[in-house]
Amino acid sequence: MKVEDVPQDLKYFKDTVMRDVTYAVDKDGNYKSVMSDGWSVKNDALDITLEDINEECEAIRQRVLAGETSPLEYHAAKNFMAVDLLSDYTGFSKRTIRKHFDPNTFSQLDGETLNKYADVLRITVEELKSVPK
Amino acid sequence: MELKFEHRPAAHCENGVISNMLRFYGFELSEPMIFGLASGMFFSHTPFVKMAGMAVTSFRTFPGILFSRISKLLGFKITTKRYLNEKKAIADMEKVLLSGKPVGCVVGMYYLPYVPLEYRFHFNGHNICIIGKDEQTGEYIVSDPNAVEKVRITKKDLIKVRFAKGGTYPLLGQMYWIESVPNELPDLVPMIKKAIKKNCWLMTSQPKWLPYFGVNGIYYLSRRIKNWEKEMGPRKASLNLAQIIRMLEEIGTGGAGFRYMFGAFLQEAAQKTGIEELNDYSKRITDIGDLWRDFAYKAARIFKKRQGETYTYDDLSEVLYKIAVLEEKFYKELKTVV
Repeated sequence: MKVEDVPQDLKYFKDTVMRDVTYAVDKDGNYKSVMSDGWSVKNDALDITLEDINEECEAIRQRVLAGETSPLEYHAAKNFMAVDLLSDYTGFSKRTIRKHFDPNTFSQLDGETLNKYADVLRITVEELKSVPK
Repeated sequence: MELKFEHRPAAHCENGVISNMLRFYGFELSEPMIFGLASGMFFSHTPFVKMAGMAVTSFRTFPGILFSRISKLLGFKITTKRYLNEKKAIADMEKVLLSGKPVGCVVGMYYLPYVPLEYRFHFNGHNICIIGKDEQTGEYIVSDPNAVEKVRITKKDLIKVRFAKGGTYPLLGQMYWIESVPNELPDLVPMIKKAIKKNCWLMTSQPKWLPYFGVNGIYYLSRRIKNWEKEMGPRKASLNLAQIIRMLEEIGTGGAGFRYMFGAFLQEAAQKTGIEELNDYSKRITDIGDLWRDFAYKAARIFKKRQGETYTYDDLSEVLYKIAVLEEKFYKELKTVV
């Protein structure tokens, strides 16, 4: 790859300190390290992966609104947290977590439990208690 | 306190931490040189190791190996530690830091506060270097090779990332530092030759019945990818393609990137050893890198179509086959030059 062909497709790195570095060949044929804002191909790959997760989340959101599951299941999916990982991070068993997916059980959870979930999922307790309208 | 540590961004986190650390101790070795000396080029496609339910594909050697290879080669004394106790993992790190030594940590991406949210997947193989502590705020000062400048992390977050959970690769607070360094670097010329030979061997020595590693792995993926759409359906096949492009090298270098890095190494190696032909091989691996980019581009056009550009899984298979043939020839001939 030539230095002038190094992609500069800024998308997900916008407003962050993260950048790619790549090695490319200059006019004289010498290799140099070049900073890159990202590559549309990699952005596309991330797009489709996030779209897939969002579709899954939308289905869960509908079930939350229908009263079939708790917001916890939605926020777990939204934050890439499968039940086994959520179990590893919270210390709650997978069985307990699945119980908390029940809207009735979830609505009776104490503050400490809710705090734990919110902390692990990087959201506030208020956010945890509902899904976006 | 903050160590006099020059932060330089790098293409790959592990090389980058090593390169920055060595510079701290007065040894200037470029990132490609470290990658090459450690024989870091590799390929593997392993359907039996899964990440997010999909086969893992990797374009370089296994995490952690670079550091141990390079320090053995250059005669640095290093220490690596793992922990069960989170408090001890932090206390020990502070002790090493206070004794004036930068500490490398293997961390998970998920809770790294300065990484964009969309990038924060459960990838537990990132490397950062702790180079100081802000006594006022209690935050640690971090040199992350994928960041353009030094960053900061709280103790709470640092514990979280050092003890990242996850079935495939849970982390145990793994950290490493350089204990002592030799007075001067050993003669690099014989090491460069040996490292190139070793890397050629790593890529081509596998028997045909072991399809997952080295150039065999590229042929294998070329055969498999043809049937993905039929086997998995278009949606799942697309996600598998996307995973190849992004999952393992979330931030930093993709498949092509390591080929370019090796090209940069061969160019430096030609200069250091006086073996002119290595420059030709540098050009050859650059062309192969361009083909890897071509592969990624065509793959992306399958899951994100653009008008007038239609590619099929057969096309991808063809590009991969071409790459496999070229890489096989490349390593087999390169071996004879050094």
